[in-house]
Amino acid sequence: MAKSHVTTTVNGDEYEFLCDTEQTLLDILRDELLLTGTKEGCATGDCGACSVMLDGCLVCACLVLGVEAAGKSIETVEGLAHGDELHPLQQKFLEHNGAQCGICTPGMLIAAKALLEVEPDPSETEIRYWLAGNLCRCTGYDKIIRAVMAAAEEMREVRS
Amino acid sequence: MDELRYEAPETLDAAVALLAGADGDARILAGGTDVLVLLHCDMIEPDLLIDIKKIPELTGIAEEDGGFRVGAAVSAMELVEHDAFPKAWPGVVEGVKLIGSIQIKGRATMGGNVCNASPAADSVPALIAAGAIGTIVGPDGRRDVPVEDIATAPGQTSLGKGEILVSFLFPPRPPHSGDAYRRFTPRTEMDIAVVGVGISLTLDDGGTCTAARVVLGAVAARALLVADAAAVLIGTPLDEAALERLAAVASAACRPIDDKRGTKEFRIKVAGVLARRVAQDAYERARGN
Ligand SMILES: Cc1cc2nc3c(=O)[nH]c(=O)nc-3n(C[C@H](O)[C@H](O)[C@H](O)COP(=O)(O)OP(=O)(O)OC[C@H]3O[C@@H](n4cnc5c(N)ncnc54)[C@H](O)[C@@H]3O)c2cc1C
Ligand code: FES
Ligand code: FES
Repeated sequence: MAKSHVTTTVNGDEYEFLCDTEQTLLDILRDELLLTGTKEGCATGDCGACSVMLDGCLVCACLVLGVEAAGKSIETVEGLAHGDELHPLQQKFLEHNGAQCGICTPGMLIAAKALLEVEPDPSETEIRYWLAGNLCRCTGYDKIIRAVMAAAEEMREVRS
Repeated sequence: MDELRYEAPETLDAAVALLAGADGDARILAGGTDVLVLLHCDMIEPDLLIDIKKIPELTGIAEEDGGFRVGAAVSAMELVEHDAFPKAWPGVVEGVKLIGSIQIKGRATMGGNVCNASPAADSVPALIAAGAIGTIVGPDGRRDVPVEDIATAPGQTSLGKGEILVSFLFPPRPPHSGDAYRRFTPRTEMDIAVVGVGISLTLDDGGTCTAARVVLGAVAARALLVADAAAVLIGTPLDEAALERLAAVASAACRPIDDKRGTKEFRIKVAGVLARRVAQDAYERARGN
């Protein structure tokens, strides 16, 4: 059977690709669209390194099929910065050393951004629970939590 | 290997026709959080995946006959964020909230949780305690079955060839009703229930229990609706003596296995302790409305 022809929007740009049913959205992003910011840790939904937004909903790209992305709007880490200007979360991750090897970082950033969209002023506990599906083998998490809190604060100040 | 086909029908009839007419292994794809893991690990080799998320009957939440009808393919996140459902069935929402991370909840569905038929599925004890009815449609038409009659053993359901679980009907709530779900896991998030307990209660104006459903998860091949445990609560104000008896009856009903998460003995003990606590949660909620 022929491959499926899929049209989807990633970070505001329209993309078209051909895919086999088995290919996940993660495979498509990385291997077909060459958007390699989104990482693969486990490919089974456990680590969150592949976190992306799918029509405004935080999901693991490894548990979505490429064909399921047809007609949807996807946001990945590549869409966070505006030119050279980093997103406040990216800036605070840098300042607080929230990234070491960096494999978990794109997923952490996307998941944290999703949290701040629904809760601009989260408690530390809320951040820890929200990020429970994002594993990090390096930082011990604390620096990540501090970075998210600092970014939340800055984003609230900018807004008010 | 033959190529894997993907279909996303927009009507229930088309989905049933595809499923019933398929030659090889045809699987329903709801949120895919179980199916795609199995596919990735080569534990299944289906010929056809039928995505049911474009079918209106499977994706809506509506009030019906004073209760609710929730599509089997509604995502966990959508249910948790709904404005009316969580107030009516906080225990069901407690179960659904425990299904994996935020990312997993963005995709996972209650229909998938029930049909995957894991004995540790977190929404299932609460659904059974709620008295939820599953509406199933297949080549021979439509039938309604209580959720406790859907999973039969690990990975096995009573659904026949071509049948799809379409929706869950939640009955209207009498006054002074409340439900609750808790599970025991070594970690607070991202873990699989060692024991789960769902309880739904109705009280009279004086606080005496008039109806109860007590369900234990992860202590047998499928979730257990324990009528004896409900019986010890009915007619009592859930005083110490009643809770004591509930714990003993719940523990006695367990038929668990030993595994890396817990021994038989541990599961039996924890089932009693959790049953007490969940009964108290449900009681507080019932008193409050
Ligand atoms: C990282 C991770 C953590 C998890 N944590 C938990 C947890 O804490 N608690 C828990 O209970 N589960 C957990 N799960 C398991 C899973 O997320 C749930 O079982 C979920 O509810 C499955 O729903 P789904 O829509 O994704 O199912 P799918 O994967 O789409 O389907 C599951 C099965 O049911 C069948 N099916 C689906 N819908 C229907 C239908 N309407 N009619 C007939 N058959 C149908 C499918 O063919 C398949 O066999 C976890 C999974 C992952 C990957
Ligand atoms: S790669 Fe998707 S969750 Fe790990
Ligand atoms: S920085 Fe290495 S996994 Fe998080």
